Amino acid sequence: MREPAPKKASVVTLRINGREVTVPVGTSVAAALAMTDSFVSRADLSGRPRGPLCGMGVCFECRATIDGVPEVLMCLTPCREDQTVVTDA
Amino acid sequence: MREVCDLVVVGAGPGGLAAACRAAEAGLDVLVLDAQPEPGGQVWRGEARQGSNRLARRWLTRFSASGARFRPGARVIAAPEPGVLLVEEGPSSFAVRYGRAVLATGARERFLPFPGWTLPGVLGVSGLQVLVKDGLPIRGKRVVLAGTGPLLLAAAATIHSHGGEVLYIAEQASAASHWGFALQLWRQPAKLLQGALMSAKLVSVPTSTDAWVTAAEGERRLEAVRLSVRGREEHLHCDYLGAAYGLVPNLEVARLLSCETSAGAVVVDDRLETRVPKVHAVGELLGIGGVDQALVTGELAGLVAAEQPVPLELERSWHRVRTFAAQLARHDAPRAELLRLATPDTLLCRCEDVPMSALEGCQNLREARLYARLGMGACQGRTCGTAAQTLFGWTGEDVRPPCLPARIGSLRIPSDVSSTPTRES
Ligand SMILES: Cc1cc2nc3c(=O)[nH]c(=O)nc-3n(C[C@H](O)[C@H](O)[C@H](O)COP(=O)(O)OP(=O)(O)OC[C@H]3O[C@@H](n4cnc5c(N)ncnc54)[C@H](O)[C@@H]3O)c2cc1C
Ligand code: FES
Repeated sequence: MREPAPKKASVVTLRINGREVTVPVGTSVAAALAMTDSFVSRADLSGRPRGPLCGMGVCFECRATIDGVPEVLMCLTPCREDQTVVTDA
Repeated sequence: MREVCDLVVVGAGPGGLAAACRAAEAGLDVLVLDAQPEPGGQVWRGEARQGSNRLARRWLTRFSASGARFRPGARVIAAPEPGVLLVEEGPSSFAVRYGRAVLATGARERFLPFPGWTLPGVLGVSGLQVLVKDGLPIRGKRVVLAGTGPLLLAAAATIHSHGGEVLYIAEQASAASHWGFALQLWRQPAKLLQGALMSAKLVSVPTSTDAWVTAAEGERRLEAVRLSVRGREEHLHCDYLGAAYGLVPNLEVARLLSCETSAGAVVVDDRLETRVPKVHAVGELLGIGGVDQALVTGELAGLVAAEQPVPLELERSWHRVRTFAAQLARHDAPRAELLRLATPDTLLCRCEDVPMSALEGCQNLREARLYARLGMGACQGRTCGTAAQTLFGWTGEDVRPPCLPARIGSLRIPSDVSSTPTRES
């Protein structure tokens, strides 16, 4: 089976930690995080990096501040135009 | 804000959708709540947008025509009194007063700790699959998968079809158990076909039974994995590792409502009613059985809720899917070696950074929580609690509200909903 072709012009551009990322509509913010340099969503208590684990809202590893709202789960949030995502990593 | 309905359905996976369709088509006012932005649950995630799966398409179309109301992004966080649920939706919250409830909260993956499992790039098996479906760029990336059962192959097929390079599939089950299970699938034509199609696509991928991951390595993210393959060690460089061992039901909402559970599943009668009157449970909550079980039990519960007759064929299908669920449970049970991979400094609780060594002397989950802060973080023990139950044979604890982190304001019952005076807690 071939990968479905991306729909025409159906992309959105958001900012993750200040970096612009353009993704197909329907991409989750957690998936878009992998398009930045690092797949890191937060740091643990001793500063070691963490990334998304479960992809489905269970582990809370992917929490970030999205459009000013803290502690939002990136894996349950679709990317939107002009969205601002800040991780605490 | 508040909602009133005849039937509230928690979870919009195949189980919840089937229940909602049957009940709404019979004339009930049905409200469906799901934490996700779209209906479809785990197995049909993204299908509401792309729609390549025909079964999903059929049910999603039927759902939107059924008259049931759907609130996406709505997380059930508390059940302050019988017939009332508290729901958080983005920055706001509301209460639901319902006549009957169908719980269809599905399942999550079972994670077991091993050295390096906290490195970015290490995910669940289905967790990685879900992220790929949600747009994670996987083309040209090297992926190792370690887990068990049909979901391991399903994940491999998704990653492969999106251009990922699956380097190795490690199935923890023993060869005897694995092939015994595969042979049983002859009795399950649809599943066998699915399995055969998936394997055909993946013939070139090295796969082994009696194989599991022993460690993940890397500096700031995953760089390599160590596998135990039939007693020999393999070392593979890779970009992503999917490692998880089967599924466990999401029992939190059922426990909030005081539904009885046994052996990790909700106890129901033949009308799929839990021990709490007018509260039904369907799908993975009854024990892991996959999409067929979810649809059959969802339809059954929807018909019962609407006081409709249940067709004999549906009853028969239920007994069939139960047999499959029992076989799957035997196949997917984690082997003893997996319970000994973590070293004293491997973290068990990822939210509070609790290492294995901190649990010395603890006899149960309560002690582990009190003395070592296990499960006291954001995920409220969803990951480490399940792991601890598997590692140490501990049983689950009662769930206290909120069952998900929530804002204080969300826990207040609006006065027009409550039948009793609001208690301060
Ligand atoms: C990550 C993952 C991927 C999977 N992928 C596949 C696959 O590719 N193929 C396959 O055959 N099977 C897959 N499965 C197995 C899957 O469990 C079943 O096939 C099927 O989806 C079960 O249906 P269900 O209706 O019981 O639950 P689910 O489909 O899991 O649906 C449950 C729904 O309840 C919602 N929910 C849970 N708690 C709350 C709450 N407190 N408030 C609001 N909503 C809530 C969830 O958001 C979810 O949408 C997967 C399972 C997981 C965990
Ligand atoms: S990745 Fe686990 S909650 Fe988002």
